[in-house]
Amino acid sequence: MAEPRAIDIKDQPGFRSIAVICVLVLYVPVLILMIFSLNSGSLVTHWEGVTLGWYGSALLNEEFHSAARNTLIISVTATIVSTICATLAAIGMTRVKPWRGIAAAFMIINLPLMVPEIITAVATLSFFALIAGTFGLNFGIGNLVLAHTVFCIPFAYMPIRARLEDMDLTLEYAAADLYATPWNAFKRITLPLLVPGIMSGAALAFIVSFDDFTITQLVAGPGQTTLPLYIWNQIRRPMTPEINAISTILLLVSILFVSVSFLIARRRAK
Amino acid sequence: MTTAALSPVTLSKAASFEAQAVKTSARRNRLLSLPALIIIGIFGVLPLIIICVYSFLAAAPYGGVQWQFSTDAYLNFLFQRDIFDDTLQFTPDFLIIYLRSFLFAVVTTIVCLLLGFPTAYFMATRPPAQRNWWVLLITIPFWSNLLVRTLAIMFIIRDEGLINNALLALGVIDKPITMLYTNFAIQLGLLYAFLPFMVLPLYSSLEKLDFRLIEAAYDLYATRQKVLWRVIIPLSKPGIIAGCLLVFIPALGAYVTPLILGGGVHLMIGDLIAQQFGSGRNWPLGCAQALILMAAVLVALYFYVRNTSGKVQHG
Repeated sequence: MAEPRAIDIKDQPGFRSIAVICVLVLYVPVLILMIFSLNSGSLVTHWEGVTLGWYGSALLNEEFHSAARNTLIISVTATIVSTICATLAAIGMTRVKPWRGIAAAFMIINLPLMVPEIITAVATLSFFALIAGTFGLNFGIGNLVLAHTVFCIPFAYMPIRARLEDMDLTLEYAAADLYATPWNAFKRITLPLLVPGIMSGAALAFIVSFDDFTITQLVAGPGQTTLPLYIWNQIRRPMTPEINAISTILLLVSILFVSVSFLIARRRAK
Repeated sequence: MTTAALSPVTLSKAASFEAQAVKTSARRNRLLSLPALIIIGIFGVLPLIIICVYSFLAAAPYGGVQWQFSTDAYLNFLFQRDIFDDTLQFTPDFLIIYLRSFLFAVVTTIVCLLLGFPTAYFMATRPPAQRNWWVLLITIPFWSNLLVRTLAIMFIIRDEGLINNALLALGVIDKPITMLYTNFAIQLGLLYAFLPFMVLPLYSSLEKLDFRLIEAAYDLYATRQKVLWRVIIPLSKPGIIAGCLLVFIPALGAYVTPLILGGGVHLMIGDLIAQQFGSGRNWPLGCAQALILMAAVLVALYFYVRNTSGKVQHG
């Protein structure tokens, strides 16, 4: 700048305070919830002292175990299937000569993001009820895996596509110039470069599946309680800080996966 | 040039080879996209078609449907059949819930925008190293469990919650203020849930802002306020629209927030729909209600597309 300015041109009055307030508003309630998971009293609102006992009783609880097991079965399967499908679709749809129907395909992949969750939930419920009634087909917990896979695909797809769009095409041309077969060029060049995008996508798919409540609640059959459903069942009983402990565990899992996905995505931007 | 030496036959041969390559790559690409499309097609699109069909069927007494054409679901949305003389009476109960939800969603969108814009702008004007931390701070609640976050709000505003306990201890009030299971609670919960959905798209649009334009405005003697209203806000319009949409659509169809903070007394569209599949045992009505919500969402999306396409984007 030629001459010193009296004002910082980027500054707008009051914006800093609003930003700080927003972050506080977003974090304070959750932090309080987490702090009360350490409360030695049996009330969720009255502080009496510090203990880790509620984590102990939560982790020893048989119902918690079965909910955690269900959640992991559903989330891990849905993550693997959706990430594979999303990776293939991203490769087939990004940086390619537009094929007939590509626009429609793009819309279908993004559809689960545009439909409100409650509509997806009742639609999926109706669908599984129909195939159970008509063909006697019931996949058990597979119903939930399929429902989750559907909405995980677009979440996995987005970072993979973004990564592909940023990738340097010349590297693949160079590989082709050096007589690499298309498959070899893909395996040795494209895929390794794509790994961060795939990891980031898989992390997001895992979070959205792990955290899902609405669709799971409507589609789940008896005995298919997941962790969010388990929390919901606990809310309707007299509450102890055990629910805070379980909630904290869920939040920490989300934070872990968000941070991983975020850091992988950021490294590329550097 | 070698091209000049090539005979027309070789050229056309090369062209046909190329065309062949394009064709096979198109087939390969379509094949690659197929698994994702099949899964979403069968378990995502087909269910939506099924509820369209269901909405025109009659309800079975214990949930589910009877395969018999009926427009009762749509009629029931606005009217109720009198038990005695079989006439239709205008019953605006559902309509009121839709309007209430719409109002909740509009207020949520506006307040999130008023809070989110300054926040996103502040983030975008930080030095790059700091910016990443701010983005992470907003990204974490964006992806955190909504049920748990709503629960956190519930703990704070309960009768025995932190706010009431603090006010009681300070002697400001002598009996707890009822906040849980009120409209206020739902509104607060919606704001809390969707604020990050506003900040992130706004940020990604403001991050690309060309600050030379702001400098130019100041050089032309614009005041700070004028710079904000005439330069910054118009330039970030795509982000504003995207943010509003990302808040409005999920807020309109919110299910978890009113379920926990409204306590089943103050309903929103989401709970109303779910109710038809549970205790209401009227699946066709639930399907019709879901489709009416979907129509509202499509209208919102239409405005989004109309406002963003065909315009030169800055940057």
